[in-house]
Amino acid sequence: MSLWRQLTRGLRILFRRDVADQELADEVRHYVDLTTEAYIARGLRPDVARRAAQLEVGNMTVMRERVRAYGWENSVGELIADLRFAVRRLRANPGFAIVSILTLALGIGATTAIFSAVNPILLSSLPYPHAERLVLLSDRGQDGSPRDVTFGTYTELRARLRSFQSLAVIDKWQPSLTGTNEPERLKGQRVSASYLRTLGVSPAVGRDFDEADDRVGGPHVVILSDRLVQRRFGGDRSIVGRRVMLDDDEYLVIGVMPHRFANVIAPAVDIWAPLQERAQAPFNSREWGHHYQIVGRLETSVTADRARRELDAVGSAPLPEFPRPIWANMRAGLLVSPLRDAIAADAKPVLFAIVGAVLVLLAIACVNVTNLLVARSAQRRGEFAMRVALGAGRGRLLRQVLTESVLLAGIGGVLGLGVARLGVGALIALSPAGLPRIDAIGLDAPVFGFALAVTTLIGLLVGLIPALGAARAGLHDDVQQASRRTAGGRGIARRALVVTEVALALILLVGAGLLMRSLERLFAVAPGFSPSRLLTMQVIDPGRAYASDTLRRLYYERTLDAVRHVPGVAAAALTSQLPLSDDLDGYGYEFQSTPSVKPGEDGSALRYEVARGYFTTMGIPLRRGRLFDDNDVRGGDEPILISESLARRKFGNENPIGQRARFGPETGSNRPWDVIVGVVGDVKQESLAFGQTDAFYVPMGRWWWVDNVQSLVVRTTGDAAALAPSVKRAVWSVDANQPIERIITMDALIARTASQRRFALVVIETFALAALLLAAIGIYGVLSGSVTERMREIGVRSALGATRGNILGLVVRQGMSLTVIGVVIGLGGAIVATRAIMTLLFGVSRLDPLTYGGVIVLLAGVSMLACWLPAWRAARVDPAITLRSE
Amino acid sequence: MADQNTDVIQGTLDMLILKTLSLQPMHGFGIARRVEQISRGVFKVNPGSLLVALQRLERAGWLDSEWRQTENARRAKFYELTHAGEKQLELETADWTRRVAAVTRLLRAEA
Repeated sequence: MSLWRQLTRGLRILFRRDVADQELADEVRHYVDLTTEAYIARGLRPDVARRAAQLEVGNMTVMRERVRAYGWENSVGELIADLRFAVRRLRANPGFAIVSILTLALGIGATTAIFSAVNPILLSSLPYPHAERLVLLSDRGQDGSPRDVTFGTYTELRARLRSFQSLAVIDKWQPSLTGTNEPERLKGQRVSASYLRTLGVSPAVGRDFDEADDRVGGPHVVILSDRLVQRRFGGDRSIVGRRVMLDDDEYLVIGVMPHRFANVIAPAVDIWAPLQERAQAPFNSREWGHHYQIVGRLETSVTADRARRELDAVGSAPLPEFPRPIWANMRAGLLVSPLRDAIAADAKPVLFAIVGAVLVLLAIACVNVTNLLVARSAQRRGEFAMRVALGAGRGRLLRQVLTESVLLAGIGGVLGLGVARLGVGALIALSPAGLPRIDAIGLDAPVFGFALAVTTLIGLLVGLIPALGAARAGLHDDVQQASRRTAGGRGIARRALVVTEVALALILLVGAGLLMRSLERLFAVAPGFSPSRLLTMQVIDPGRAYASDTLRRLYYERTLDAVRHVPGVAAAALTSQLPLSDDLDGYGYEFQSTPSVKPGEDGSALRYEVARGYFTTMGIPLRRGRLFDDNDVRGGDEPILISESLARRKFGNENPIGQRARFGPETGSNRPWDVIVGVVGDVKQESLAFGQTDAFYVPMGRWWWVDNVQSLVVRTTGDAAALAPSVKRAVWSVDANQPIERIITMDALIARTASQRRFALVVIETFALAALLLAAIGIYGVLSGSVTERMREIGVRSALGATRGNILGLVVRQGMSLTVIGVVIGLGGAIVATRAIMTLLFGVSRLDPLTYGGVIVLLAGVSMLACWLPAWRAARVDPAITLRSE
Repeated sequence: MADQNTDVIQGTLDMLILKTLSLQPMHGFGIARRVEQISRGVFKVNPGSLLVALQRLERAGWLDSEWRQTENARRAKFYELTHAGEKQLELETADWTRRVAAVTRLLRAEA
């Protein structure tokens, strides 16, 4: 009741101030009237009585002020007055207002955009109930890095672990959807029946998988994403209960996921089917390959650490009922990482670097605006002193200056949201492949909240120094505008701010420079083959049309034949895995001459099953021996090729030709040995920057199976990309039902492998250039302010015989000394700050002298330019005019 | 008489206003007059303080106000105690009584 009354009365007074004032005036007049009558009744003359009454009641204005000082509406009223005043001040000085607002919009916008990208990945929890209890289990690779697990491991863990409410296992699946429109290869997952339940989600329509679905020979059932239903089935939810054709088999659709469901482990996945693997499978089967992921939900009371200890205990205590092959013996232990960290792990270094960069940019923007505000409040000393003299309190002055800066920040923040919108669009367009949770990036409520918080904070921050200055100015009782004859001393704050700006800009420039040099170095790395004029695409045998390996091989050979006849094709071949693509396929090995202590523990080598002509098509050099030829026949000595690095590792300087080895499932068995017939050059598989180059090559049709997904590599005589349509037609001329995927030139593929670094580079470079511009504006602002203040001094100097060159030097020296101090401080900062981007650097030290030198030259050049304009103005000062004006 | 202090004791103005209004609704001048009469001229209310205090008490929700015709056909703002105002008056009266008793005891002990 009372609160309501406070609110309504306050609002009424706020909006109808005149009415409230009038009421008070009426009441006072009534009082005066009555008092006058009382005096008259006591015998005073009417005019004397009225004067006495007025005297007694007192000053109407004072009373009004006392009444107004009460109630919340009073401070609102003051705020509105302050705001009006601030708006007037900004409009009176549009140049200052525009520069400040744009600077703040840039800073706030960039920060908000980066926050919106970082928030879903690093900060907010995953979109599942109690997502903090979800963890990813992985095998530990030889170097300690996480590695996919085997299904056998999952079988054992599920039976033995107690720390988990539920465990689920996932395998990649890429079924080809046929029967409707054009054939399409979908991204899917085969999952244990527990998968969706482990995440804590369920289909929007239809049912989840159950244990009866997930058994060997179980039913062909699938759950679809809402996205796929929209795209391929017109959003018709009645798809549930109907059948779709996948890989030439009929699958019953049993459910559709909700629109909001995000499959964070593999965001592009549109279809799920039960895994249906064998719980007890022989070691040489796919169930014992490292290509599964395990996701688990911890019991409520269990921490990740306790789960880790239990896993270690289980890992080091094998049971006879759970036999383990050597490549999955869990001896190195298993890794447990919270799901959120696991999916963000790859993106983290880039994101941290970018967050750091944007904070530096924001700091520079703040410093710049603070600088402008300080300059203005210096001009307003007289005004502040006058207001103090008229009775304004220090708090009141402080509040007014802060109102101004918060208003600036507010307008900047609104524009900043526009900047952020553009920025988010650019970030998504630029984002490197594999950036997690990209669908969750956007301007949502938390982002708006963040922008509001940043804006307010910055408004207060940039206003603080000028506000304190203003309050102090009030204490100096210099109503009679201090004379400006002294030039030095003043503006120490402004100079310190400029130095800060230069230092921060230097840090960003060094970061951008180092990344630029890294990319340069990276692209200078030889991939081990000739990438130019090389067109690649995946050709896929989707189903049962080529049921046997022989039929499949014949199909691929016919395809290759057709492609080779396309005009413009110089050479063509097929490979089971394509260098620098996402393909990664490795197997263990053993050599007859250098027996391992434990077979299979030598590590693994990349397996390439290649069609004839692969090495010449790719331009991979033969180092020793010979390539495959038509005389290689199945049976007896199977010929293989190995890579240079593997040859060196196993044979040193000895000749590996004629040596015998076993690879993959043969390892440790008593199958016949393969014979090494040649050594070829090393090829980068995972990335130009890292990854092993140990590899072995077998001719197509000589491996345990013929892969149903092959990469076609085509060396062209002209532009590679232009040939893609005719190559596709050639493939379809053999069989029109074959999906073709991942059509890309090798040049584009190489650029893509560096996409994370390129992303970081583009973003940080943009920030660095913005920072450079802001720093230049800062230097220019301080110097031209100082020149204006020193007009008289400069006039005196030139009257006393200083040449234009002297004056020019005087001003430029003043500016450049600030730059030099800033550079020195910035160098210190850069040496520390570049630690943050160390993992993104390649082939260049974070203290690379060339980068630092280049950045210093650039910064010096730009600040020289910023000094020159005010200096030039100073040099043209006419002493007669300046001296006369005093 | 001239040097006799007629100021209302600091902090008691609110209580005096509330008490006066608890008898009947009144306008500002009436309140001042009544306080003077009842206190037999010991207290003289400063009109400025009174009018400001009335605004404040009204905002606090202890008083309601209404513009009404007076008996001699003039418009005046009449104040009236609200329910919350009655409670407040009880509180302040109790508090005052307690203090006066304490002060009186102290003075007696002194003598």
